[in-house]
Amino acid sequence: MSAVPSHDVLIIGAGLAGQRAALAAAGTGATVGIVSKVHPVRSHSVAAAGGINAALNPDDTWESHAYDTIKGSDYLGDQDAIEIMCRAAPEEILWLEHAGVTFHRDHTGHLGTRAFGGASAARTYYVADITGQAILHVLYEQLMKHHEQLARYEEWFTTDLLQDDEGRCVGAVCRNLRDGRLEVFNAKSTILACGGAGQVYEPTTNGLIVTGDGIAQAYRLGARLMDMEMVQYHPTCLAGNGILITEGARGEGAWLLNAKGERFMERYAPNKLELASRDVVSRAEQTEINEGRGFPDGTVALDITKVPRQRTLEALREIVNIGRDFAGVDITREPIRIRPGQHYVMGGVKTDADGRTTIPGLYAAGEVACVSVHGGNRLGANSLLDTLIFGRRAGEHAASLQRQIPMPKTPAARALETERRIAAIIARDKRPGYRRVAQIKAELGASMNEHVAVFRDAAGLQTAHETIRRLKQEEPRAAIDDSGSVFNQDVIAAIELGYMLDVAEAIVVAAKERKESRGAQFRTDFPKRNDEDWLKHVDISRNGDATPNVSYSPVTITRWQPQERTY
Amino acid sequence: MPDYTLKIRRSDPARGVAAHWEAHTVTLRERASVLDAILELKGERDGSIGIRCSCQQGICGSCGVRINGRPGLACNTHLEEAAARRPAWGTAGGTDAGTPDDRDRSIVNGNLIEVEPLGNMPVIRDLIVDMDAVHWKKIRRITPWLLGAEPVPEREYIVAHDAMVDVTQSMACIQCGACVSDCLSMEVDPEFVGPAALAKAYRFVGDPRDAAQRERLHDLSHDPHGLYDCTHCFNCMDACPKGVAPVSQIMRLRRIAGSDHTIVDPNNGYRHEHAFVRNIRRNGLLHEADLLPDSYGGKLHPRAIPELISSLPTVLTALLRGKVTPAKALGHPHKAPAAVRRLFDVIGAREQRIELNLYVAGIEDEPLRAPRTDEPTPLHLHPPEEADA
Repeated sequence: MSAVPSHDVLIIGAGLAGQRAALAAAGTGATVGIVSKVHPVRSHSVAAAGGINAALNPDDTWESHAYDTIKGSDYLGDQDAIEIMCRAAPEEILWLEHAGVTFHRDHTGHLGTRAFGGASAARTYYVADITGQAILHVLYEQLMKHHEQLARYEEWFTTDLLQDDEGRCVGAVCRNLRDGRLEVFNAKSTILACGGAGQVYEPTTNGLIVTGDGIAQAYRLGARLMDMEMVQYHPTCLAGNGILITEGARGEGAWLLNAKGERFMERYAPNKLELASRDVVSRAEQTEINEGRGFPDGTVALDITKVPRQRTLEALREIVNIGRDFAGVDITREPIRIRPGQHYVMGGVKTDADGRTTIPGLYAAGEVACVSVHGGNRLGANSLLDTLIFGRRAGEHAASLQRQIPMPKTPAARALETERRIAAIIARDKRPGYRRVAQIKAELGASMNEHVAVFRDAAGLQTAHETIRRLKQEEPRAAIDDSGSVFNQDVIAAIELGYMLDVAEAIVVAAKERKESRGAQFRTDFPKRNDEDWLKHVDISRNGDATPNVSYSPVTITRWQPQERTY
Repeated sequence: MPDYTLKIRRSDPARGVAAHWEAHTVTLRERASVLDAILELKGERDGSIGIRCSCQQGICGSCGVRINGRPGLACNTHLEEAAARRPAWGTAGGTDAGTPDDRDRSIVNGNLIEVEPLGNMPVIRDLIVDMDAVHWKKIRRITPWLLGAEPVPEREYIVAHDAMVDVTQSMACIQCGACVSDCLSMEVDPEFVGPAALAKAYRFVGDPRDAAQRERLHDLSHDPHGLYDCTHCFNCMDACPKGVAPVSQIMRLRRIAGSDHTIVDPNNGYRHEHAFVRNIRRNGLLHEADLLPDSYGGKLHPRAIPELISSLPTVLTALLRGKVTPAKALGHPHKAPAAVRRLFDVIGAREQRIELNLYVAGIEDEPLRAPRTDEPTPLHLHPPEEADA
């Protein structure tokens, strides 16, 4: 490419949010470029299993969906944004269906649903237990179909967001992994859609690529982050490697049992049992384990044999494979050992309902963003919905700017600055005694999983914060081996480590700040929800290299006043 | 904790580094995967080992590689299972693969694992291949998006439950390239559309919402590198980590093309297939001498005569080598046994052509553990209800 690539809308990340944003922006006639550090179908949206929520059945209402979402969020979700999402959901399901998603049909040939956690109606639409994969691959089909309006930059890693003198985001610098070439991308608006930050934890259900890149890049540019303390632990993950067993299993009727064979959810959520919201179920499991009623390997059991075998093989096929391949268990015949594991970050780059961040020209959508529709705890099957609704809205809004402003022209020489930084990483000292990227990352993940997990307290959070500060000192010296230009994954891992440490610090600082228990944040030293002082978002912004700044923003309440939360 | 000898096929063409084997010893917990071993090496010893990977749970499709000669995902192939496979002498055992003694010892100890990039695609570096130049190019070839039937309904298309479950089998493809790697037809004809793209084609042809079933099938049947270029070696079925069974999808495409749309392809694939089936039904064993003329409409058919003439050299060679005798060629002594005829009757009597789709027909009653290559797979000929009881 000789000319500097220039697009009305540049999208970074090609999971569901990014691809949906790209299609929406291209649909308005804007020129679109979509950059992803992996091939789009490798994006972690592919791992979403259980389904996508919408009040599409005639006897369901968007208000009911909204109320469940708000209650699930422990009243920290912004109700105006939640209303937008839940109202738009049915239409989005039909759009996906018409585009080709092979949604499950009931025996009349209409779309069928399954039950999911925290929901007062069965409103989860699904494709077996590969819903994310099915939707992601169908969106990619649409990307291929619309290739003339949509330039794809597959396996390009974004190293920097660009900002002009007025502070507006005007594109990005990206590295083509294929040959190591850096390129300046000009864009009238830029949408971050590059996912969450699960790799900050170890273990996590998230893929190795989920390293908080977008959250950290926006933060470094000066964007505000929100709800960062809200980190979801999914109730059903395999013990060793953290692999997810879909909530669909419980939706289909699986039970949770402790080592004594008790269906312990009867004590924690007598009405919804296994289908209480995720924070509630994870806390229940962890309590059972902590109080000695779990198995010796720190797990409880998920009994999927309660689901008829034929149904499991049809609708939960992927976890049959996972059980067999990763735990050596036939889930259709015996219970499988599980425990809570890091799964999702509710927080992210603060946006409005059109995806706008606090930086002009910069948008965010999907897990990287915090609108906030999930508040303190996300309901299962609401994340796919979030990515699609707010991906589309961000794409449309970003595209609407194209006629109003000229194309920015960052000189191609700006890439040289990044070039020098990468050269410095490659030239790092490999002296013995300097730890490797993987070792620093492992220490970070273990510390987060120990101290910033289902149960938290001031002392543990302080320990984690000190660890992060120390690792931040060490990070610039982390040694790497590869000096090549073709698929130099070492350089990428070194850059990602810096991103992860920034995100981890934001999580810990926000968790220290919120001195109450709400949603996924349970402080054993402040075990009650405290609406009087804490019915507000904790915002985090960068403060040079020092501990980040903390501020607050109000929670938008439209018609649902906070109530006591029981399931 | 068992230890393994892990040999990785490395190369960096951009820096002039030719392909070579690099051996490491790794010690890992039980049930660790080949990817775990590679990530351990990358993290602790050599970060420059190139491999695409992300989800570590067999869904993102990044880590397709060949392990002891067989394609699959590094993340859901266990070390013990991989080591139990006999390394592929032909492909992986170059002279640089260690001394024969080392290799023999490792094989005897059952701890040798050789990992190399997928086949049929150019290597970019180490275990990373150029998926775009081969795999994705072929996917793009088949018009890979739904051409929805008009008018588009106000709500959803009404589709039978089983039809949607049926296409979900090919929807389950994660585009990892394992089937492409070991496709024998593609090795001979690099232009062949190939197993992954044809499975993707079935995802549309089998989808009742698609309005272009006939056009798609006509297009693929008339492409000399298309639907009839597959030689049913079943490598793709063995390779697929997700049970997509590309060859089954190819067979179903052919049947829909031939039986439902009477598309007769210029490559004669459809006639050949039918001649083959009739031949087996009649004889129980293949009667070679009838197959060729029958494929072209019978010995006296105008299409058959040039084909027969052009086949004469092959026929003569076969005669000279004793592979056929005039007696056998003219009179075939076999008659299909009753069991073979019954098979044809049972399958032919089924109302729906779902027998190849385990998502619908199938309760696979295989033991739910990773299959081992060193023991025969039990065949279940009884119906699933009995098997389940």
